[in-house]
Amino acid sequence: MTNLDHHKDTKDTKGFLRVLCAFVVKIVFPIITAVVILILWSIAVKASGTKIFPTPTAVAKAITTLAEKSLLWHYIADSLTRVFAGYFAAIVIGIPLGFLLGWYAPLARAINPLIQMLRPISPLAWMPLAVIWFGVSNAAPIFLIFLASLFPIIVAAMNGVRNVPPMYLQAGRNFGLSTPQLMRRVMIPAVFPRIIVGLRLAFGIAWVVLVAAEMIAVDSGLGYLIIDARNAGKRYDLVVAGMLMIGLIGLLLDTAIRRVEVWISD
Amino acid sequence: MKVQFSDVSMRFGAMEVLQHISLGAEEGEFLCIVGPSGCGKSTLLNIAGGFLSPTSGAVTIDGEPVTAPDRRRIFVFQERGVFPWLTVEGNIGFGLFDMDANERQQRVAQYVDLVGLKGFEKSYPRELSGGMKQRVEVARALAVNPDVLFLDEPFGALDSITRLQMRSELLRIWRAERKTVLFVTHDIEESVQLADRVVVMSARPGRIRRVVDIDIPHPRDLSSRRYIELRDLIFGEIGLAHQV
Repeated sequence: MTNLDHHKDTKDTKGFLRVLCAFVVKIVFPIITAVVILILWSIAVKASGTKIFPTPTAVAKAITTLAEKSLLWHYIADSLTRVFAGYFAAIVIGIPLGFLLGWYAPLARAINPLIQMLRPISPLAWMPLAVIWFGVSNAAPIFLIFLASLFPIIVAAMNGVRNVPPMYLQAGRNFGLSTPQLMRRVMIPAVFPRIIVGLRLAFGIAWVVLVAAEMIAVDSGLGYLIIDARNAGKRYDLVVAGMLMIGLIGLLLDTAIRRVEVWISD
Repeated sequence: MKVQFSDVSMRFGAMEVLQHISLGAEEGEFLCIVGPSGCGKSTLLNIAGGFLSPTSGAVTIDGEPVTAPDRRRIFVFQERGVFPWLTVEGNIGFGLFDMDANERQQRVAQYVDLVGLKGFEKSYPRELSGGMKQRVEVARALAVNPDVLFLDEPFGALDSITRLQMRSELLRIWRAERKTVLFVTHDIEESVQLADRVVVMSARPGRIRRVVDIDIPHPRDLSSRRYIELRDLIFGEIGLAHQV
């Protein structure tokens, strides 16, 4: 009995050590990296005697000031609204279109070259056209984000459909499924994991394009904050603050989407 | 005859795959089709399943010409045919969509039991071994109560020990359910262990070289003289000396 208990004790200790180890690697290591970077950044600014580039403290102050004026929340909300509007429009159009292209080979032959030609054009190249079409309004940046996320979504859905193992469809037909049933019970669940990957990729691109998209036509948002801070008075503390916020929110959203991905595919 | 091939030929473009295949399988018979890779034995099975139509000739089942896949005759692939997004239960019940929930549940439980997967009902295919996935596929096929099963190298991806186990499992199930089975394999030993008759095909273009009656009662002794005799006969027919 005592022997057994002792054994259990060592097992618990080992388990605890393993959890501690994982905690150190996952949480403490990145914090160490962040602290080192902040210190190096401070030293570099002070050593170079630059009057333009802000210290970490100045950036932190800038962020607090923005938050106090509630401008920060307002800008974040505006940016998120734009990203999600463009992104969801791309999902609504891109997924059905990708399915059609994957399913009907002749249609893909007709349309895919056009898609492949449009795909490498940076969404930013559409900026002048976006302004002509949508004027000075929220619609212009939303359109750019829509474009940026549309192509990866179409391509993921199309390739997903094409790469469904033929034996899944063969089995479905063998059990007497009609085409709509085959779509619902075989095609969609088979393609789903690939589409989720495409959606995450598309969201990453949409978030990257946001800053540039907000440099036109609007006067709010994190992208606008950066451009405005530079133009209005060379407030580089605000520029860097905006950059940091974009990075942090991007990280949070990507983590959230990954969580959803894992949760769904389980 | 349950399944009757009448002068079936198949070509893909310029390539002749099957030449004048005439063959019948009796109700409840276990028929193995062996031949070298690329001899068209899978094509033959796909024609019988209604997934391909022959260039000439016809297949009839119960006297009716086969024109399309039908749930009265189910095709079983290597274990890769199970749906990864469904549990064991979901896979086995896949073809039972026109049954009410209660009946379906009973039927699923019956076949879970038959293939020995009790306790794994809620598992997903990725949590199962290759042999277990193959059991799921066989159960999925049997659950819709077909009268013919087409098995296309079903144990090809399994390790040799699992393959042996699966063969005796399949024989047990076949004896319990008495389906007509058409079983394609390139494994001669496997065909002699399983079949009532072995159809030996030539290399492409595939023709029937010989049909061998396996007159050994089950369970078969794999070291009996008759077993070795029949096995070597088929090896010889395919043109292989049974030596390494």
